[in-house]
Amino acid sequence: MKVLTLNFLTCAVKACKSTSTSFPLHPKDCELVSDTIEPNALLILNILPRIDWNALITTASELGFPTLPALPPTRDELESNEKMMSELHTLLLETQISEGSLVCGNCGHEYKIKEGIANFLLPNHLV
Amino acid sequence: MEYMIRFTQVHETFRLAEIHALAVLENMNLEILSYSPTSPFCFIKVPSEEAAIRLVRRSILAKSIYEVWGKGENYVEVHANVHNISSHLWPLYKDASFKFSFDAFQGSRTVTEQRKLIEGFHFLGFEGPIKMKGAEQDFCICEDWKFDAVGLGVLEPESIYLGRYLGGSERDIVGKYDLKKRKYICTTSMDAELALITANITLAAPGKLFYDPFVGSGSFPVAAAHFGALAFGSDIDGRSIRGKGKSNLLANFVQYGLTNQFGDSFVADLTNTPLRTARIFDGIVCDPPYGVREGLKVLGSRDSTKGKEVVFRDGKAHHEEDSYIPPKRPYSFLAMLDDILEFASISLVDHGRLSFWMPTANDQDQEIKIPQHPCLQITRSRRLITYRRIPDAEVVAGDARTERARENGVNADDLNPFRKGYFKGFKPILR
Repeated sequence: MKVLTLNFLTCAVKACKSTSTSFPLHPKDCELVSDTIEPNALLILNILPRIDWNALITTASELGFPTLPALPPTRDELESNEKMMSELHTLLLETQISEGSLVCGNCGHEYKIKEGIANFLLPNHLV
Repeated sequence: MEYMIRFTQVHETFRLAEIHALAVLENMNLEILSYSPTSPFCFIKVPSEEAAIRLVRRSILAKSIYEVWGKGENYVEVHANVHNISSHLWPLYKDASFKFSFDAFQGSRTVTEQRKLIEGFHFLGFEGPIKMKGAEQDFCICEDWKFDAVGLGVLEPESIYLGRYLGGSERDIVGKYDLKKRKYICTTSMDAELALITANITLAAPGKLFYDPFVGSGSFPVAAAHFGALAFGSDIDGRSIRGKGKSNLLANFVQYGLTNQFGDSFVADLTNTPLRTARIFDGIVCDPPYGVREGLKVLGSRDSTKGKEVVFRDGKAHHEEDSYIPPKRPYSFLAMLDDILEFASISLVDHGRLSFWMPTANDQDQEIKIPQHPCLQITRSRRLITYRRIPDAEVVAGDARTERARENGVNADDLNPFRKGYFKGFKPILR
């Protein structure tokens, strides 16, 4: 599972969705792998406004990445800053969680990730 | 200037939808001058030759596009028309190498006849070398014959066109994505050609994010990825994503060299989606489970009063064990359609598109009413339904959403009139 995807996901429990603590999900005991993916500046620029930047800061620090700036770059800044573009590319698209789990900060439910595929099916008592 | 699209004569009902979508994608004005479902020749107006080439270059249902040099119902008329409308173009190609090809739709001409008809255009005054391979200019004589012309004893075509070839389409890739040659498929894999058409109609393109909530073996994400989108997918059945050994959803992306375009796949139920409420996707493409071949199920228990407590076995919470499989209950297909629309309205960016396939038992009848949502404008309906997410400012206020009553049935037949009809041979229960 990519870090980008993690930024789109929250707890599947309906009661959690409206709480601020359910997002982002917190990686736990995660194994990271890095894939080589061709740089795609257009994609990063399009993704930028859809990223929840504060959540990305949290995720990056929890996964042990260097601290991100407090505010997201603007489109123009990102276009002219090759280094930041490449760092975001590495973080969002190339970094993958292959094994581990994601924990909801509200209900504490753990979603397991196996071979890069996360399982968000809820047990009956949480549906 | 007038151009002629040479379509294939398959999936006729999707041809114009695809071309209109490609015009939106290429941001150009397109005017359809003449079109008939029974003919592969369609006349259009676009701003320039360059635009014409761009319009069809990623089409699946068009084969090629031509600059129109003349048309008529017989060769005398065509020759006169070529004199009238394109004589100013002849000198441009006077010294270019060229060839003539012949395209008789539903008809046939012997090589001798073809040659005679081609030589009829000697008045164009081309002096360049004739090259059957690698010619700079390719002119095509297109004949449109009546269906079953031979059987009816018809000797001449109904219409004849002369065109200068401008460019081809992506038609050839249909063979590359053929399911027969795909590494990993499942019982519900979508036909490659239809998946590619769907991706075109939903405007898949580089830099865009696409999502399929019923991903199965990944037919739609593969098609969206082919056109450059970053493709995501989820499914309530993790087995379809994980596959067996090396044969899994990701293997299809590997097979086609599309791993750069693979977003992610995860196991999730659309009615309990983990995706946060945000306008994330440019396109949502899916083939929802109709509940005929595969059961339409969502998380939960048939008896809603049961299973509200955590189950402990030998002191361990059962749901935390690896072997745990969450219970699922049958669900109404119509309610699922409403859920898809609601999800699309909150997840699509402005002008993003949602496309899904509707079950029909035959070509004539649409058994199920097309679902509607105030935020989603229908751009195409019939079998493949496409909506455009309109910006909030354009949403008509007070246009309350008419949601279908949630069926209260418990078993699959009660919940799903299509399934019920399907197994009862569509006697008039649905209408």
